[in-house]
Amino acid sequence: MLPTLAVHNLTIEYAARRGAVQAVRNVTFDVRRGEVLSLIGESGSGKTTFGLGVMRLLPTTARIRHGTLIYRRDQASEPVDVLKLNGRALREFRWKQVAMVFQSALNSFNPVLRISDQFADTARAHGYLQGNHLAQRAAQLFERVRLDPERVWRAFPHELSGGMRQRVMIALALLLEPRLLILDEPTTALDVLTQRNIMDVLKELRHQLDFALLFISHDLSLAADIADRVATMYAGKIVEIGDVFTIFQSPRHPYTLGLIRAVPTLTGDRKDLTSIPGSPPDLIDLPTGCKFHPRCPLADARCRREEPELEDLGNGHQVACWNWGIA
Amino acid sequence: MPTPIITLTHVSRTFNVKRHLIKAVDDVSLTIEEGEIVCLVGESGCGKTTTGKMIAGLLPPSAGTIAFRGQPLNQMTREDFRKYRLSVQMVHQDPYASLNPTHTIYDIIAAPLRHHQFTRSDAETRARVRELLTLVDLTPPDDFLDKFPHQLSGGQRQRVSIARALTVQPSFIVADEAVSMVDVSIRIGLLNLLTRFRDQFGMSFLFITHDLALAKYFAWEGRIGVMYLGRLVELAPARDLVARPQHPYTQVLLSAIPEADPQVTRHKPRIELRSMDVPSLLRLPSGCAFHPRCPRFIGEVCERVVPELAQANNALVACHLIK
Repeated sequence: MLPTLAVHNLTIEYAARRGAVQAVRNVTFDVRRGEVLSLIGESGSGKTTFGLGVMRLLPTTARIRHGTLIYRRDQASEPVDVLKLNGRALREFRWKQVAMVFQSALNSFNPVLRISDQFADTARAHGYLQGNHLAQRAAQLFERVRLDPERVWRAFPHELSGGMRQRVMIALALLLEPRLLILDEPTTALDVLTQRNIMDVLKELRHQLDFALLFISHDLSLAADIADRVATMYAGKIVEIGDVFTIFQSPRHPYTLGLIRAVPTLTGDRKDLTSIPGSPPDLIDLPTGCKFHPRCPLADARCRREEPELEDLGNGHQVACWNWGIA
Repeated sequence: MPTPIITLTHVSRTFNVKRHLIKAVDDVSLTIEEGEIVCLVGESGCGKTTTGKMIAGLLPPSAGTIAFRGQPLNQMTREDFRKYRLSVQMVHQDPYASLNPTHTIYDIIAAPLRHHQFTRSDAETRARVRELLTLVDLTPPDDFLDKFPHQLSGGQRQRVSIARALTVQPSFIVADEAVSMVDVSIRIGLLNLLTRFRDQFGMSFLFITHDLALAKYFAWEGRIGVMYLGRLVELAPARDLVARPQHPYTQVLLSAIPEADPQVTRHKPRIELRSMDVPSLLRLPSGCAFHPRCPRFIGEVCERVVPELAQANNALVACHLIK
């Protein structure tokens, strides 16, 4: 089956005074139809830059060096070369095909407009339903995200709690029926119980509607909770990708393993935890060879010299490590 | 029994916000022993940071008393209070905002040493700064002395904040979400560093966090207190609290936390709340503040009577279900 989004050799840099910040380096993977793919990694690993790149929302200091992004709405639809879109076609692509929800929902709304007006603005920009038809469609979406349409529709953003705003944002993202929804740390600023509620809403939505979800998070437990597949990013590169159960039960990249071992769990024992030594690399002045080698317990001469590419281990499990056999 | 290092007796704190009175902390009693680690957990607005600030002497309570090694803060002489403020240090959440960006790491750590006359000559100050940087694993220290905060990673900055807190040789540290903003891969390293200070110097900690798994890891032999809308609702040995929560709110929280294991997290029994609405601190519910959301609500008594903390097994629980 053709994927919703095929990413090939995508490389994105930011111009900085000291040199080029290599935020995304030669990233290749597919977002499959209807799946939840979770992109995990620490801050500065390139997760958000990747999401913004797909939306073509990168700041002006960023440059897509090379690579392709091919989007297909349905099996039968014409492929869209996302990086070649311009003007009107680009505006239509955003939100109708791919929508994104950012970490801070409060900053995503215009504070002086009621929720109804924000929906109307989005609908108007895309020549979508207006008036009562729009209100009805919004009410359906609010119910899907467990919000009371009466309470929300005429409210100003500040009158809603953080969790409610984030759910309104998800409803707004789904308004034009995109086939790919990108969520960037959607629950990071929220409390535990609110986070649980949003995660449950997302799980329900993906069974009711037909869209793929790219879930960007530094929180492994959220990936474990919702993802079908997990991709680990380190220093701008995907270093491991595979089925969620495979990744958590038999990770092959030392970084993925290190991350899993570094997160305390409620049921776990204290001695099972170890932190990864060192800190994430400077993206302007990257280490030679494998970018993880300065922190890696398995690093040898080859790791310092050559950077490994993703290698197929079967069952869709791919890992970029010279020593995956002993990890 | 030895005198606890910190004793809170019926401590409350109110704030005036736009002519409304907000009870941020309501009638909290808590003791922390010498060398003990106590974690306070709860959602935003539950009063955990306000409690921490009161203990650090940065905010006076509106009612109740806080005592340090048996001596009430409000009865201390100016000189004793000054000493107390040195004994209790705070490490803040954001290592990007808590260090002066125009000062070098050396300046940041040397300033309190000189100001409080812990060192008397430049040579002595320099030696002590090196020693402190080594203590927080920023080695070799000479690589860091002349750097500015922006040249360090989040984890390294937080180590500088910790080194700065240690300059005045505190016996008690209030750490408010001290590892929340650093990367997952290095959190455990920071917590192990703090644990080492407890083991080596007998330091005590109040660790404030919203992350129960982290609280269990750090407190381990200590205790966890759970706060809800300004009140302490459960206080128990860390591992017992996580394994056998007794207050319905603690039970709900634990059931809602996702776990970094797809098998475990997808089959976790879920406890549903009666309502998803978080009450406003401006209009606190009557009786037990959790009653409008409580899955084990038992009726009128919950709406009318504020439950007191009561002994239940080896825990203290504020719930009418506990007899």
